[in-house]
Amino acid sequence: MYYAVTFALIVTMALALARALLGPTVYDRVLAVNMLGTKTVLLLAVITFLFGRPDFLDLALAYSLINFIGVLAVLEFFRGRARDEHPGDGGDR
Amino acid sequence: MTVFATLLDILSWLLLSVGGLFVFVGGIGALRMPDLYTRMHAASVTDSIAPILIIAGIMLQAGLTLASIKLAAILLFLLLTGPTASNALASAALLAGYRPGNAKPLDEEARQ
Repeated sequence: MYYAVTFALIVTMALALARALLGPTVYDRVLAVNMLGTKTVLLLAVITFLFGRPDFLDLALAYSLINFIGVLAVLEFFRGRARDEHPGDGGDR
Repeated sequence: MTVFATLLDILSWLLLSVGGLFVFVGGIGALRMPDLYTRMHAASVTDSIAPILIIAGIMLQAGLTLASIKLAAILLFLLLTGPTASNALASAALLAGYRPGNAKPLDEEARQ
């Protein structure tokens, strides 16, 4: 049954990667990459028990934090750029 | 194997299967939905309910071990960071001028 979940996760990661490549705006790509990161954490957690290697759980734990910080950093970068390009849209929240 | 262990196994496989189904449905939605906010709506399925189901299913297999505690920590981090990242993404997109309903910047609409 671990194989079924692994298969579903890998197919979903492929779909998210397709969205990241297709996505018309940069926010679609950020959304797809964030989704890909969440699926990677889940895939690592499943692979831990599929192959019986408990080290992978630490990798999943670290990856979930790094993914979150990475997404926030990218969003902050693009928000600053959007604020420069659209000064009339209300610069700060 | 006792009856209790068999029941735990069945429950765990059920949770894992339903979690995999939710992940797959969310992936299809994120690919097929028409604009950014509906895609976020579809992707939030894989950020909230799918980790709960999949990690709960794995925790039932792991039992009361250190692995279970690490899985609980992973679930906690995912549940804290997923909605925060979604909120930051929607806020950044809204601030950049993308409105729900038509995924075009505002100044392009004004120009047309």
